[in-house]
Amino acid sequence: MEQRSNTFLENASEALKNTEQAKRRDSMARLTPLLRSAAIEDVGDFESLRQQMKQVRQHSLDNLDHYLTQFEQEAVHNGNRVHFARDAEELNSIVLDICQQHDARRVVKGKSMVTEETGLNSFLQRAGLDVMETDLGEYIIQQAVETPSHIVTPALHKSAEEVRELFKDKHDLGPRELEDTTDMVAEARQVLREHFLKAEVGIIGANALIAENGYSMLVTNEGNGDLCANLPKTLIVCTTIDRLLPRAEDATAMLRLLARSATGQSQTAYTSFYSGPSRDGDVDGPQETHIVLLDNARSEMLTGDYREMLECIRCGACLNHCPIFTSVGGHAYGWVYPGPMGSVLTPLLTSLEQSNALPNACTSCGRCAEVCPADIPLPDLLRDLRHEETREKLSPSRWRLGLKLHAWVSQQPWLYRALTATIIPLLHLMGRRRGSFTRLPFASGWTSERNFPAPQGKTFMQLYKAGMKKPNE
Amino acid sequence: MNEQQHGDHPVSNGRMQVSLFVTCLADLFRPAVAFASIKLLEQANCEVTVPLSQTCCGQPAYNSGDYEATVPLARKVIEILEPADYVVVPSGSCAGMICQHYPRLLEGEWRDRALQLAAKTFELTTFLTQIAKIQPLSEHRTELPTITYHDACAGLRELNIKEQPRQLLQELCGVAVKELDQSDVCCGFGGTFCAKMPEISGKMVGDKLDNALATGAKILTGGDLGCLLNLAGRAQRQGEDIEIRHIAELLCGDLDTPPIGQSGQR
Repeated sequence: MEQRSNTFLENASEALKNTEQAKRRDSMARLTPLLRSAAIEDVGDFESLRQQMKQVRQHSLDNLDHYLTQFEQEAVHNGNRVHFARDAEELNSIVLDICQQHDARRVVKGKSMVTEETGLNSFLQRAGLDVMETDLGEYIIQQAVETPSHIVTPALHKSAEEVRELFKDKHDLGPRELEDTTDMVAEARQVLREHFLKAEVGIIGANALIAENGYSMLVTNEGNGDLCANLPKTLIVCTTIDRLLPRAEDATAMLRLLARSATGQSQTAYTSFYSGPSRDGDVDGPQETHIVLLDNARSEMLTGDYREMLECIRCGACLNHCPIFTSVGGHAYGWVYPGPMGSVLTPLLTSLEQSNALPNACTSCGRCAEVCPADIPLPDLLRDLRHEETREKLSPSRWRLGLKLHAWVSQQPWLYRALTATIIPLLHLMGRRRGSFTRLPFASGWTSERNFPAPQGKTFMQLYKAGMKKPNE
Repeated sequence: MNEQQHGDHPVSNGRMQVSLFVTCLADLFRPAVAFASIKLLEQANCEVTVPLSQTCCGQPAYNSGDYEATVPLARKVIEILEPADYVVVPSGSCAGMICQHYPRLLEGEWRDRALQLAAKTFELTTFLTQIAKIQPLSEHRTELPTITYHDACAGLRELNIKEQPRQLLQELCGVAVKELDQSDVCCGFGGTFCAKMPEISGKMVGDKLDNALATGAKILTGGDLGCLLNLAGRAQRQGEDIEIRHIAELLCGDLDTPPIGQSGQR
């Protein structure tokens, strides 16, 4: 996927001009926090649950080598083949090799952000395979040749009207109304059913890997993951090494928070644990199962300053609660992961140089960290990335030097007083008649959207030193 | 000095000794906030001093990621404020900077000093409700019209400032806040964010103002001048008929100072 993170401002500007989509984002921004908070209230003590989640995630990462080895042993014992992929290219080639070994032509896929990250679909398609997304949202954007705008609800940006037109255009099913969403879902199900039955390979992601039994866990609302996993002869689970949890019990701890944080459901419609290929006497299931574990910069993150980001469980709550994400939508972020978690991940998985606009798309309002089920201090991590941006001189020099100068002058009280005692009363005089400025040199970023309030008069320090109790007394 | 203990809190000569950290925005743009803070603290039986060499807490550089430029400024602020028994700040974000971010930023001895300062530094409305416990005057200074309140993010999430200003408005002014919809969503100020990403910031401040206007309140108040300057600037740009004032001004009945961003000559 071509990265456009550094044109974030332009992307955002374009997104804001699309008033129809902006309106839908506004209503989602009101709705999703309400759904989440109702579900979270239901579960009781959120704070202790998320601290438990955090401890589990920290412990898993602290002992990742141990749990990876244990998981591999157990998974192999269950009949899986386990592959390790260093980067995106390796994962893609491993998957292609498996497909080619089976002379597969058709692949069905469950929703997987990891394979979005590696660009698996286009890689397989270039090799001549027919790849079909089966999660409804992913299916819609695949048909529309677009990318996900949200990590949980990838077609969030699409209206029902757009989907209706898309389906009528793409499905050769004759004249029909497709009046409501139920009709559209039914049509997608009908079309997809054919693909499930014909596919030789199924590819799914995983929400967690359980070390003690070698199982992978997947939650979905549509059951498409289970069809991908059970109907084709070969199953490939693609996920990253940081998804590990020690015990099945820890996976249930995650389940208590995951759907509640993501969609406000107490649990998703389907929660599946995949052990491996079908055994003698099983009525269905794949004959061969592979698990591909991607690193792609995760082991670097593990030993670096942003390790806490690996504790993320991909619920999307930070997206739904970020006023910047809900203002501009996911596509503006220009790569796979948007919102606060994406603004941390993108620089780490690609490069800061290619994406340094993203850590700046933050007001440090803290709403993301407040709702994060893994208690990740996202605003702190974003500020730390801005620190790196400053050190590497990636930010505009006008900003960088201006802020340095401000901090320096602020350490020289006599100079600070002399400057402010000159500038502030002057600004007051200039703005006195209207009370605010519609334009001001060096403040165009401010005045393009709002007036600049004029100072009230002299500075407080001038007045205080002159012994006044009230300004202009 | 005649030191004695008053409950858990140090007092001398029967009064709590408070240093006011004015904040740079109040110093430069809105001295009324600092004068009102002094008046309220005196009403709460505090003796207020204003350390004269204070300037800015360092948020602009810190939030932009220039930790190196912030460290010497943070140390300077600590040196200036640490002799005080209490430090009171009429801003949630500046108080949050001192209480939460200085200890995060600094190391070693300076971190210890930052933690000691953090323990005695309070945002104004928290100090007035929880530490000095201000009592209302026998009659309200001024009758206030309908008021709505903007919860600034740093105060709300870093310092749990939610009930304090509402309680004070009720007790000192006899008014209940008319709550605005989406009250826990950022106004789009975010320090340098508003100038770096003006279009997004404009959308956010526009939404916040719409929610405030929808309450029908005549006054929009809050505890952070950054947000209030942002909201006032937007209200002026749109020509909205709403007054924007800092909570401290309202609590001491100061409606004579023109609202933020408005001229006194109307």
